[in-house]
Amino acid sequence: MLELHAITAGYEPRRPVFRGASLTVAPGEAVGLLGPSGCGKSTLARVAALLHRPDAGRLVLDGTEVTAWRHRAPRAWRTAVGVVFQQPRTAADPRLRLADLIAEPLRATGRKTEAADRVAELAPAVGLTPDLLTRRPHEVSDGQLQRACLARALSLSPRWLVCDEMTAMLDASTTAALVAAVETYRAETGAGLLAVGHDRVLLDRWCDRTVDWKDCLPAGTMA
Amino acid sequence: MADPRTHRLRLWTSALTVGAVLLAVLLVPPLVQLDEQAVDLSKKLLPPSWAHPFGTDDVGRDLLLRCVYGLRISLLVGLVAALVATVLGTAVGAAAGALGGWTDRTLMRLVDAFSSVPHLLLGIFVVALFRPGVWPVIASVAVTHWLSTARIVRSEVLSLRARPHIEAAVSGGASRRRVAVRHLLPAVLPQAGLAAVLMVPHAMWHESALSFLGLGLPSHQASLGNLVQSARSSLLAGDWWPTLFPGLFLILPTLAIAGLAGVWRDRLNPRRRSELML
Repeated sequence: MLELHAITAGYEPRRPVFRGASLTVAPGEAVGLLGPSGCGKSTLARVAALLHRPDAGRLVLDGTEVTAWRHRAPRAWRTAVGVVFQQPRTAADPRLRLADLIAEPLRATGRKTEAADRVAELAPAVGLTPDLLTRRPHEVSDGQLQRACLARALSLSPRWLVCDEMTAMLDASTTAALVAAVETYRAETGAGLLAVGHDRVLLDRWCDRTVDWKDCLPAGTMA
Repeated sequence: MADPRTHRLRLWTSALTVGAVLLAVLLVPPLVQLDEQAVDLSKKLLPPSWAHPFGTDDVGRDLLLRCVYGLRISLLVGLVAALVATVLGTAVGAAAGALGGWTDRTLMRLVDAFSSVPHLLLGIFVVALFRPGVWPVIASVAVTHWLSTARIVRSEVLSLRARPHIEAAVSGGASRRRVAVRHLLPAVLPQAGLAAVLMVPHAMWHESALSFLGLGLPSHQASLGNLVQSARSSLLAGDWWPTLFPGLFLILPTLAIAGLAGVWRDRLNPRRRSELML
């Protein structure tokens, strides 16, 4: 289970973006989180991905309460959650070729020898042709780069996926291809999914259930 | 739109000038075996001729030889001071940006404190602590020039830390060291290196300014600042060559180094590199 209990988080002391947000994702379940811009759903996604320490509240990951975030969190906790960000341009190191971008988590975790095989396996799964793998981010389109970012998130076979408005920048066909790639991965591995977005139609079709942001907050409050 | 021909022209002009300067300062002194301090009052203030292409100064010393020796000292000061200032600035800026919190605030207030003193004044204070020589001048230039590098590196690290590609690296299991070595430093070093190259001409000018004020190298030692300083009186008498040639020796290499820095900056930017088809 991925359990977020009464999370309060923000970027300035004593000025949280939201207070007391709760959300649970069961293993293998796909949950869509729907909310307006600026409400804090991306911040909650970053808390779930262990990238942002909340001011208050508990995150329980597969039965273990998370007590450390970012680099302080053990590598095994961090790599249990794969993250895909909204803007592929800022989510990709501009110096890395796409093949290196996808292989980066494997190299960072000491699995360098598996990198080539895993890239060869993931690239067709997300719809990247071999000629694209030798290009740098500025030489490919947003859609192609987002495919590489998805492959990077899947490279360590995480048990959980957090997709923070993954398809917001993309056209309908690329959106469909990326969603299909996520669903194929989930069908093969049984991974759980937290998909954050604005598009109710997409989230309703994609996810097992869609949660409105206001339903994550304690009754009577709306950040 | 980028013009590859202009880029190549700038590269070759700058590289040839810097190459010629380096050859001159490295080869001329050991090859010609002449004493640049040899005084011959019978030849004082001779205009440029075949025997003395840059003329002679007010005590009959050959100005071409003096300019080459002066340039050698100025380049040494420029390169070493820029290197020291860049290492210091990068270390302070990276520590402030990467660690944040109190470390950041303390280090940046230190930078503000140094910046609040006019840097020529601070430079004069540093050289005044020691006997005149090359090393006090290098220390003076280095101590007053690491501040901008520290600010550049800190702001780069701060902006990079918040970018999703660093977050993706953290999420992908990268250690602090790997994030620093693989993602932060490669992104920051080109900026720091560029700042260092741009600092070389600035440091040369600073050395010349200190020497011109009589606070740099001892007056008998050939440095471009000393040469211009000692030629002031002859300029008023209408003898133009003792100031013109040291002045050109200061301007041309500094422009060429700045030109090479511009080429480097273009090549560091992957998008710009693609436009230039390099």
